Amino acid sequence: MANDNIIEIKNISKSFGDKCILKDVSISVKKGEFLTLLGPSGCGKTTLLRILAGFGSADSGEILINGKDITNVPPHERPVNTVFQRYALFPHLDVYENIAFGLKLQKVPTDEIDRRVRKVLKMVSMTDYEDRDVDSLSGGQQQRVAIARAIVNQPQVLLLDEPLSALDLKMRKDMQIELKEMHRKLGITFIYVTHDQEEALTLSDTIVVLDDGVIQQIGTPTDIYNEPQNSFVADFIGESNILNGRMIKDRLVEFAGHEFECVDEGFGENVDVDVVVRPEDIYIMNKVDNAQIVGKVKSCTFKGVHYEMFVDTDKGYELMIQDYNAFEPDTEVGLIIRPADIQVMHKERTRNVYEGEMTDDTHVKFMNGEFECLPQEGLSAGDKVTVEVDFSKVELIDHPEDGVLQGEVYFLLYKGDHYHLTVRTDDREHIWVDTNDIWDKGDLVGINIAPTDIKINRRHE
Amino acid sequence: MKRFFAQCYIWLLLIVLYAPIVFIAVFSFTESKVLGNWTGFSTKLYANLFTGNMQGTGSLMSAIENTLIIALIAATVSTILGTIAAIGIHNMRGRAKHAITFLNNIPMLNPDIITGVSLFLLFVFLHVSQGYVTVVLAHITFCTPYVVLSVLPKLTQMNPNIYEAALDLGATPFQALRKVLMPMLKPGMISGFILAFTMSLDDFAVTFFTRGTIGLDTLSTYIYTDARKGGLTPELRPMITIMFVGILLLLLIINIRKIRNSNQQAA
Repeated sequence: MANDNIIEIKNISKSFGDKCILKDVSISVKKGEFLTLLGPSGCGKTTLLRILAGFGSADSGEILINGKDITNVPPHERPVNTVFQRYALFPHLDVYENIAFGLKLQKVPTDEIDRRVRKVLKMVSMTDYEDRDVDSLSGGQQQRVAIARAIVNQPQVLLLDEPLSALDLKMRKDMQIELKEMHRKLGITFIYVTHDQEEALTLSDTIVVLDDGVIQQIGTPTDIYNEPQNSFVADFIGESNILNGRMIKDRLVEFAGHEFECVDEGFGENVDVDVVVRPEDIYIMNKVDNAQIVGKVKSCTFKGVHYEMFVDTDKGYELMIQDYNAFEPDTEVGLIIRPADIQVMHKERTRNVYEGEMTDDTHVKFMNGEFECLPQEGLSAGDKVTVEVDFSKVELIDHPEDGVLQGEVYFLLYKGDHYHLTVRTDDREHIWVDTNDIWDKGDLVGINIAPTDIKINRRHE
Repeated sequence: MKRFFAQCYIWLLLIVLYAPIVFIAVFSFTESKVLGNWTGFSTKLYANLFTGNMQGTGSLMSAIENTLIIALIAATVSTILGTIAAIGIHNMRGRAKHAITFLNNIPMLNPDIITGVSLFLLFVFLHVSQGYVTVVLAHITFCTPYVVLSVLPKLTQMNPNIYEAALDLGATPFQALRKVLMPMLKPGMISGFILAFTMSLDDFAVTFFTRGTIGLDTLSTYIYTDARKGGLTPELRPMITIMFVGILLLLLIINIRKIRNSNQQAA
């Protein structure tokens, strides 16, 4: 089994200063696999690729290629080649010399260099360009040369760092198809970095979703799309309705004010869960008696293949629906969701929990902020405590300096009837907030919590 | 009318700037011993300069030789040192980078006399006997920052992945430096070399303070001593003219290169 894996990434962690980029990342890559590292910018995917190529080092963990530890092997001795985001062709060399660069260093005989360069040029459809100056080529052509320059060395693994991001949409789609074809022909392992979920779904055998330096999910494109493991993945991949729900018992879940049959088991009874329903999986029809949810169309937009509609339900939720048929705004409609189309996920958390310390009997310190709390009997300054705060009890204010803590809105999720925000404090701690107010990603906010909303328990070591 | 005055002003400025040099150039074509006396057109002074048929020829020729050799050594060494330093500075981060760039700029703004005196004191303090070697060391010292300054922009313009791409394709760090980085930095290095060369040719103050007492003369110190002995040797007039034209050509080359480079980037 272990022999199938060409690359083993084991427990890689990396920080820049006090900023943690990768946290304990482990991935196994099979020989010949097309694996994509997918995530928003700043999630650590490029850092991980650079560690694989040898341009950066990890603080801890190790990397094995073909069972051999290469953690401390310099980049020029690794059996991998890289295609860079901005091509990084050598401007003082022409197309032929760029591609032959690696082979010349390996002292490959001239006639073999010639044969191999011509072969890869043909492969990337750039046969007549060998004498051209690289600066005279278009972006797409430069990228082809960059790919040719990497694959001519017959690496065991090809690393691609957002290779298509600088190309326009049409060119990107064409290159996607060509890359996939090239992967099939060459049979070598591709590790591909992108922030474009559609690209990842199109190209990959396996997708690794990263956020904030942590692996969120590893799976095939269909797994990732149909069975996201948490609300981040569900939100990041494709469009989705993510709602708070409650698992009443096996195969019965309640959300959006209605009980639905589903196919999930083993969550227990009366357990809070997150529910994901893809907008194309909600059936919309003129109001009929057997509809599970009734509501009124709020807006309807033509998207080319389908219409995208937002429906306000009679229970106060907003749902996104994609359908081939248009329903005009203000139409009364009925909605039906099939059991198999409901994806139930464990909640990652149900309330904010922190470790803290009493500073006096009406103040508690946690997340590096001192909050006023109700008088605590039997607790005195210095006592270690656990602090709990409900998501909906955290108050965000416009002026950061008026809050006990300051932070930045880092991630937001619409849950049908409210927003669930992740706020990152200046000390890089997270606090989760349920709110009806509208905030944007990157907003700077002050954080306050009313004394009555802070629940404190003594912590025993 | 306004235009007319503006034109006059420019011409006046140019005349003030260039009159002395034109004056010397014109009088390099006459034989008179005293500058300012026109005794008819002649190229005798030029002939003297090249055949060595004049008083003190030996010392003038050796001064010229010294000047050129010192300039060549200083420019070559400072081009190597400056390029390596620029690569180092480019790879530094944050505050350290700013601090070093700032430190690099100070010697260029420093008056030559201060550089000269402080180097003089340093050599005395270290008990280095002054002469050829100290002059060369001093010239390298004040030329290197100029090379750093002309190579750094080339590095900033460069795609940061290019060096990594070379490593990725199997080049050792040294091969990557030689086969990829150096060719790309070449224009900056050549500009830096030319700049260092002219700075060294031009220098008087630093040379004066670091040459010691062994009687080493470069062109500038030779002219200085000669002028103090009572009037310039007439053959210095063609000498100065030739140097002026030479420097003018160098400057033209530098500027044409610059224009060509910026056109290339625009294209």
